[in-house]
Amino acid sequence: MAHLENLVLCRESQVSTLQSLFGERHHFSFPSIFIYGHTASGKTYVTQTLLKTLELPHVFVNCVECFTLRLLLEQILNKLNHLSSSEDACPTHITCETFNDFVRLFKQVTKAESLKDQTVYIVLDKAEYLRDMEANLLPGFLRLQELTDRNVTVILLSEIVWEKFRPNTGCFEPFVLYFPDYSIGNLQKILSHDHPPEYSADFYAAYINILLGVFYTVCRDLKELRHLAVLNFPKYCEPVVKGEASERDTRKLWRNVEPHLKKAMQTVYLREISSSQWEKIQKDDTDPGQLKGLSAYTHVELPYYSKFILIAAYLASYNPARTDKRFFLKHHGKIKKTNFLKKHEKTSNHLLGPKPFPLDRLLAILYSIVDSRVAATANIFSQCLRCWVSDLQRPHGAPCSAECFLSCRRTFLPTAFLELPLITSLVTLQLLTLVGHDDQLDGPKYKCTVSLDFIRAIARTVNFDIIKYLYDFL
Amino acid sequence: MMPKECDGPGVRMGILEPRQMTGDCFFSSGQGICSGFQFVEMSSRKLKSNNLKHSECLSQVQRILRERFCHQSLHSNLFGVQVQYKHLIELLKRTAIYGESNSVLIIGPRGSGKTMLINHALKELMEVEEVSENVLQVHLNGLLQINDNIALKEITRQLNLENVVGDKVFGSFAENLSFLLEALKKGDRTSSCPVIFILDEFDLFAHHKNQTLLYNLFDISQSAQTPVAVVGLTCRLDILELLEKRVKSRFSHRQIHLMNSFGFPQYLKIFKEQLSLPAEFPDKLFAEKWNENVQCLSEDRSVREVLQKHFNVSKNLRSLHMLLMLALNRVTSSHPFMTAADLMEANQLCSMDSKANIVHGLSVLEICLIIAMKHLNDIYEEEPFNFQMVYNEFQKFVQRKAHSVYNFEKPVVMKAFEHLQQLELIRPMERTSVNAQREYQLMKLLLDSTQIMNALQKYPNCPTDVRQWATSSLSWL
Repeated sequence: MAHLENLVLCRESQVSTLQSLFGERHHFSFPSIFIYGHTASGKTYVTQTLLKTLELPHVFVNCVECFTLRLLLEQILNKLNHLSSSEDACPTHITCETFNDFVRLFKQVTKAESLKDQTVYIVLDKAEYLRDMEANLLPGFLRLQELTDRNVTVILLSEIVWEKFRPNTGCFEPFVLYFPDYSIGNLQKILSHDHPPEYSADFYAAYINILLGVFYTVCRDLKELRHLAVLNFPKYCEPVVKGEASERDTRKLWRNVEPHLKKAMQTVYLREISSSQWEKIQKDDTDPGQLKGLSAYTHVELPYYSKFILIAAYLASYNPARTDKRFFLKHHGKIKKTNFLKKHEKTSNHLLGPKPFPLDRLLAILYSIVDSRVAATANIFSQCLRCWVSDLQRPHGAPCSAECFLSCRRTFLPTAFLELPLITSLVTLQLLTLVGHDDQLDGPKYKCTVSLDFIRAIARTVNFDIIKYLYDFL
Repeated sequence: MMPKECDGPGVRMGILEPRQMTGDCFFSSGQGICSGFQFVEMSSRKLKSNNLKHSECLSQVQRILRERFCHQSLHSNLFGVQVQYKHLIELLKRTAIYGESNSVLIIGPRGSGKTMLINHALKELMEVEEVSENVLQVHLNGLLQINDNIALKEITRQLNLENVVGDKVFGSFAENLSFLLEALKKGDRTSSCPVIFILDEFDLFAHHKNQTLLYNLFDISQSAQTPVAVVGLTCRLDILELLEKRVKSRFSHRQIHLMNSFGFPQYLKIFKEQLSLPAEFPDKLFAEKWNENVQCLSEDRSVREVLQKHFNVSKNLRSLHMLLMLALNRVTSSHPFMTAADLMEANQLCSMDSKANIVHGLSVLEICLIIAMKHLNDIYEEEPFNFQMVYNEFQKFVQRKAHSVYNFEKPVVMKAFEHLQQLELIRPMERTSVNAQREYQLMKLLLDSTQIMNALQKYPNCPTDVRQWATSSLSWL
């Protein structure tokens, strides 16, 4: 079977184990086989290739595609029907709603001439999704040979180990086969196998070496590495194409491509930008440093006051309430240092996550930080309510001064009349989240869900040194 | 499959089997020698026919043994369950021949031979003349008939009464069932055929609504209508607690326990019997040689060790069958008799630690994260952690001690963390809510320290500083 070896690289022993398990066509095999291994370790590919090459009657079903009982069972039956019927006859579609009907119909379908006396293989890919379907499905499939009294073997392929599949009261234990992960030598061999015909195999192998050097410690998934290899090859060939270096000039080629690969790790590998965007960047030869990924900070342009609300929310989430006096009151008096600095490394708030805070606390912190920050020329709001109400001769649109606004706030509008819509818009942007129900008796509670880097970037734009106000950085 | 041409002076092979595709080659010639293969100085034609016979023999051996191990054919003997068997067959005979209604539960752990027992008993029963014409069997399975309506339809189907029922609508389950049993009465309406109901996965029937099917079946077995035998097979010892009071009171409380109650010497005997070829094997010479080989194996010390290890883990015959099947896979034309090495290899395959295998395939970054989690577990005594804490721990390592692990960006580390979650090596403590940030969700590690350390030993090309970090004590800073 040299031709099989060419199709399937580095998997000789698994192929031979499977072949000996299958045995001859009419022999019985294990009622169920469970194959597990990392993703992209060749389970699906080897099983499919082997079954096709040996021309054994088989049905291949993906459990992600057939996510309900009915879809799964009907697909198996209809595919079997196609197998057993001749080419010209168009078999009628079989419907099946329960596992009981499935067993009955399966017995009927496998009575066909072309399927009799042979082992029929049912391969269920991504079998971990079977656990979430009806409870009788997995134990039923494991015993299908016994339930239908036919020569059938069910092969389950999954990433998850068998111990996590076993039902509570036990089941018919399948034969468990492990597909080991590819070693670095194997990966090199497989990746170098699909080199484009214009370049020599050695040239490509050197490129793969460099690629693995950058990515191997992070990712050993063959699919990802293949994707990255294809995407970045044009950049590697660039010096050769432009004539600046020859194919053997590995040092120069390495120096050219290595920063590019490192940038790829931060963007394409994380799917921050799409592959087509990446290819475009390579073609246009722009500086990859200007890439705007999906989670770039610059996407969100907040109004000035909202930025302060966000900063205040972050401070409220990550500072314990008892420390507010020290940070935000102008004259906080004496505070005992020993109680204050009681820090345990694990309970650093930046490790545990943001805490919810009531609206009043947010407003109190907000006024404290805005108070000292607002410049006379800052247009926070176009007009404050008092001026609008009392002074109707003031032309529309003329802004109030910041001091007027703040003094109005404190004297006339004790509720968060102005801030509330801004806070709600922050909640919509998912920079804050509402904790608990809307109609809580003691007011709504919020939580700030932005990262430290994000808030530092925001604080920089308003010239606010947030680190000084954070308890964890004292 | 095309015949394969061997290198060197050889003969074209007649029959090919899939096993032989792996490179085995069995040829002969007057003078030719193939390194590493056997050669026989015989005339090629005689050897060819011997080859054919030999491979056919092996094919037959495979067929018989595979049927025995995988399909649980009925030729197997009963090991150590003679008493239970007698009890069961008497019960069934009483129903079938004398028209007495009975109910019994066969209880035993998975793989202890319940289905085999009942099938054996039914086979023997059907050999009696007057029984085979009269008695009807209905086989129900809890995995298939997941509610009582389906069960009723299945009973109708198995009793071949679909035409009789037609489109009738019944008021209740009991009405339907009694109609079916009435319909079984013979022409003269005086006697009716005895029916044997076999309920596999009996405990699943106890989860149906109101346990209607069970109630009605047991009710009929208590009343004098039709002679009915209800045989339930279950793996749950506490099955009686699952039954409702009214169902339990109608049950005869007859239980047959199959408890795998044999010791190691008998286990050895079973091993020998399972592996031996039956007397009806066509090639007597080969069968004798094979059985002799099996006898040698059962006396071999290493084989006994393997079997003892296997016996200590699980006694039931199913796991023995899996071991023997794995060893049988290595029997080919060039290796026609099973050896002790085969059994040892098979045992190794059976007792692999699957989680360690998965850890073997992780990337270095993911291993570092697991070690960070292990340290967190050691320091904080198994309290749940979140990504931020793990990242913190990883940063401490990278900044101070690591030379081979580059300081990766946080999103890259997050992707590795999510891969571990996808492999179910770590698990969130509670379901993700939409509003929670992923970095702060509390998780639990599903590997323990010894597993991690063992897996690290086998990890290929593990950087030394990572290994040292793993083995260091808590106060390594």
